[in-house]
Amino acid sequence: MAGLLSKDAWIKVWTYRNTFEMGFLNTLLTAAAAVLLSMVLGIVLGLMATSGKIILRGISRVYVEVIQNTPLLLQICFLYYALAFSGKSIGIIPTGILSIGIYHGAYMAEVIRAGIEAIPKGQFEAASSQGFGYIGRMYYIILPQSIKIILPPMVNQVVNLIKNTSCLYIIGGADLISQTYNFVTGASTGGAYAPAYIVSGLLFFVICFPLSKLASVWELNLKRRDRRVQKNNGEGRMMEV
Amino acid sequence: MIKLENVNKYFGELHVLKNVNLEVKEGEKLVIVGPSGSGKSTTVRCMNFLEEPTSGHVYIDGKELTSKNKTKLVRETTSMVFQQFNLYPHMTVLKNLTLAPMKLHHKSKKEAEELAHHYLEVVGLKDKAHVYPTTLSGGQQQRIAIARALCAESKIILFDEPTSALDPETIQEVLDVMIKLAAENITMVVVTHEMGFARQVADRVVFMADGEIIEEGTPEHFFTNPKNERVKQFLGKIIR
Repeated sequence: MAGLLSKDAWIKVWTYRNTFEMGFLNTLLTAAAAVLLSMVLGIVLGLMATSGKIILRGISRVYVEVIQNTPLLLQICFLYYALAFSGKSIGIIPTGILSIGIYHGAYMAEVIRAGIEAIPKGQFEAASSQGFGYIGRMYYIILPQSIKIILPPMVNQVVNLIKNTSCLYIIGGADLISQTYNFVTGASTGGAYAPAYIVSGLLFFVICFPLSKLASVWELNLKRRDRRVQKNNGEGRMMEV
Repeated sequence: MIKLENVNKYFGELHVLKNVNLEVKEGEKLVIVGPSGSGKSTTVRCMNFLEEPTSGHVYIDGKELTSKNKTKLVRETTSMVFQQFNLYPHMTVLKNLTLAPMKLHHKSKKEAEELAHHYLEVVGLKDKAHVYPTTLSGGQQQRIAIARALCAESKIILFDEPTSALDPETIQEVLDVMIKLAAENITMVVVTHEMGFARQVADRVVFMADGEIIEEGTPEHFFTNPKNERVKQFLGKIIR
């Protein structure tokens, strides 16, 4: 066991540290672009899921169920090989951005749907009764209230998304996990996999841990605020019907 | 001012409004009473299309209300006060009152705030402009909700059981505001269980049961000499 984490192995990892740098940058780039895509998809699909139009709700539902109930790896392979064999290959990183964005878009959609549905029906009705149309209702009244409910689980989704960039490994990506693999079999770098995976893990950790913490702090604040509101309505007259 | 013509409403299999015909004149104070589940709330909610009738027609100010024109027509003609107040909890009282005037009625911030302060005074809560609604009592919240409805300066205000969610000791402060309003030329349609209020301010009382209007008339007629057996039973239970 001691050999696994030998001084030589650590030296090797340090010597070829730019391998991590490149992988880390690719992972961050892929993650950042995929987060953007997943948010756009999530907002559109989440709004569709809460709209009155049955056809829009249907489309959103099917999307979410199909994406959530098939593995991400399958979706990545499907997209990559389908594009490659039809001669429309767009490269590994764009494929990764697209497939991971589409995958997490489904989860973002559910987060946003839940955030909108958590707002009491009376808020929608008050806005409609004042003469706000759909956009005004959402923009001024519903979303400002939903955002506090949406943010914590959304940040958790971002954390999951960052970790899921590791799936690019299957199509030979240049992400952090794929790069780390060089320390398993690489001609000059091979054999140093133990420290390499530790370093790789640490890099994920330093990005994901603060985000997770941020999400739980937000969530805690939200719960505290809710308790405060309940206390203010101590007479128990704010019950929803 | 408001006219319901052969309005039917189904919730799934449930037939909640059965061929309701009702006309409310300009400036009239109409009170709708009846047992729970009789379709009172649904009737008033059809008047601003919070519920769209399954069949029949609703006219406001001579124009037919449709799912296409509802946002605009409702904006121009009606306001509503809800049982659960439905103030916007993320905004101060002042913001609650100025939002629609500024965003929908194209008033400047200054105009909207003047209007808001004026109506806060009308409901007796001038000092609450800068607090959040959740810090107020139920009765105060409902008075703010009435002020919000007034800020739209609509010709029609619909009240859907405005005192049913209130503590008994705060009901009167809300009723007092409504009685004050009744002196104005606003058309008021009020669904309520407050018979004292109905007797005092109503021009006409409508009694609903099982989705139908089964009796209507002046308060004197309604409270002293109702024809329908159901109404007599109802009044017998509610007035002691």
